[in-house]
Amino acid sequence: MVDNKHQWKAWLYLAPAIVLLLVFTVWPIINTLLMAFQNGYSANLALAGKTFSFGIENFRKVLSYKRFTDCLFNTMILCVATVPISTMLALLIAVALNSIKPLQRTLQTIFFLPYVTNSIAIGMVFAAMFNIIGLRPDGAMADTWGIINNVIMFFGGEPVNWMNAGSGYWPNIVVMVVYIVWNALPFKILVLLGGLQSINKQYYDAAKVDGTPRRRVFSKITVPLLSPMIAYVVITGFIGGFKEYSSIVGVFGETMGPVHDAGRLNTMVGFIYDSLNTRAHGTASAAALILFLIILAVTMVNLQVSKKRVHF
Amino acid sequence: MEKKNLTTMQARNMQDVTTASKIMGIIVKIGVYLFLGIMALIVLFPFYWMIISSLKTMDEYRQTIPTFFPKVIMWSNYVNAFNTANLGRLFANTLFVGVVSTGLSLVITVLSAFAFARLEFKGKDAMFGALLATMMIPGELFTITNYLTINNLQWMYTFQALIIPFLVSVFYIYLLRQNFLQIPNELYLAAKVDGTSDLKYLWKVMVPLAKPTLISITILKMMGAWNTYIWPKLVANDDAHQLITNGLRNAFTDASGQVNIPEQMAAVAIVSAPLFLVFLFLRKYIMAGVSRSGIKG
Repeated sequence: MVDNKHQWKAWLYLAPAIVLLLVFTVWPIINTLLMAFQNGYSANLALAGKTFSFGIENFRKVLSYKRFTDCLFNTMILCVATVPISTMLALLIAVALNSIKPLQRTLQTIFFLPYVTNSIAIGMVFAAMFNIIGLRPDGAMADTWGIINNVIMFFGGEPVNWMNAGSGYWPNIVVMVVYIVWNALPFKILVLLGGLQSINKQYYDAAKVDGTPRRRVFSKITVPLLSPMIAYVVITGFIGGFKEYSSIVGVFGETMGPVHDAGRLNTMVGFIYDSLNTRAHGTASAAALILFLIILAVTMVNLQVSKKRVHF
Repeated sequence: MEKKNLTTMQARNMQDVTTASKIMGIIVKIGVYLFLGIMALIVLFPFYWMIISSLKTMDEYRQTIPTFFPKVIMWSNYVNAFNTANLGRLFANTLFVGVVSTGLSLVITVLSAFAFARLEFKGKDAMFGALLATMMIPGELFTITNYLTINNLQWMYTFQALIIPFLVSVFYIYLLRQNFLQIPNELYLAAKVDGTSDLKYLWKVMVPLAKPTLISITILKMMGAWNTYIWPKLVANDDAHQLITNGLRNAFTDASGQVNIPEQMAAVAIVSAPLFLVFLFLRKYIMAGVSRSGIKG
């Protein structure tokens, strides 16, 4: 079957993809490694004929920047907070959806809606919901407290300065966590519900015959059989979390923080792009490789944990 | 006789158990619906808030006690938003980039997937494995070099800078190859016997059979153009090439001055509307595509 004519033809079919991949995927991988290990590399200086010595100076520099460690901290906080919350909520919603018949499809559609949105656009809506307008300097009065504060005050709580001038770090983080969880739910619900619907009904029938209580059915049948799906949404959740950037731009704008403290909520990805503006291509590449290694490590750990606990 | 008694007793016991569990079941059901209802309201609330805010006057928006339905409906907010953010231009740019990149991307994906699914050549498996391996690497790692490449090609502030680097998606090739593999090889061999060319067979038989996957790819690719933010900001953030997301964020970002939030929300609603319409009509394909991809946009 394999004759020369076919060989030639196959490569012709693949040619456009291969050419584009070589330029925009393979070369970047090689070049990033090259740039990361040349001390203080900058493409503009390299073009002018400057040479750089090989070494790990870029990595040392990146890790010593407070700006970078802050970005790393923000990214970690957002990951650690949003992945468990969104996974638990999605699991509860998926199990609830799976247990009903009427309205199931309607509700399923509603829960999927946040997915078909533009994360910058809806980020602006969340900003409007948390935003205080016309806050007096003493902080006791404002024109509009924002709908979230209105709800808090309705239940007798104190309004919080979530994201305006003078707001604290943790309120800012809460805003982001709320938005990211809202945004992350649809995909997780979709995957988990798909998993639930493929579980063989016989297990549940058997449990019913034995009179197994619901809680036990959930922990001994549903969760173990769903564990590959749970592992999947947790891993993709962490990967997405480590690449968080545009949702923060959506809520806080390109200042990546409240007006009095620009860059406060910057993330790893934001750091990499900022390095492009300062033409520090060596440090940007080093930061990108560190991001890659972190994602790889998190994925490996997750897979290891799943190996022990996931029942395939 | 004794045996019969026993069974009736058992039946009676069963009946008690079933009525008890029935009541329990109803309570649980109510709880489930209550929980789902509350969660659905929370999920929908931002959309509701966007729409009613977009129809208020700025004065009404600034009231200390919020209104849950605008007193005067301000359709003019939409007109102003459309003009302030120059949305017409942004729509046209985004549509152009979306359609061209989707079209080209489909052609490349179909050709490659066909080669991997049906044709035989040396190193096929090794190459396919290598392609899949690149999916592990976060896109941010490519961005720095691609930015330099675009700069060296002198493509800054052009449409090709927005289109060409993202034409090939390994994931879409993988998806379509899986679909092509399900089509029985006998069809291909029969076509060969009839003297049908590969290209004609691909176009007349395989593409129609793989239509659902192709539609999913189209939708995801268009949504990608609609939602992309970082790359356009880096390479083509001028008026002539700006895409919708970048334009939207920049038009209303004014740290010092007053932001007219109702108008801003109107712009957000205009930008969100096409996505919702597409979703409404093509829900099945979107959900199928998304559950397999795991990547937003």
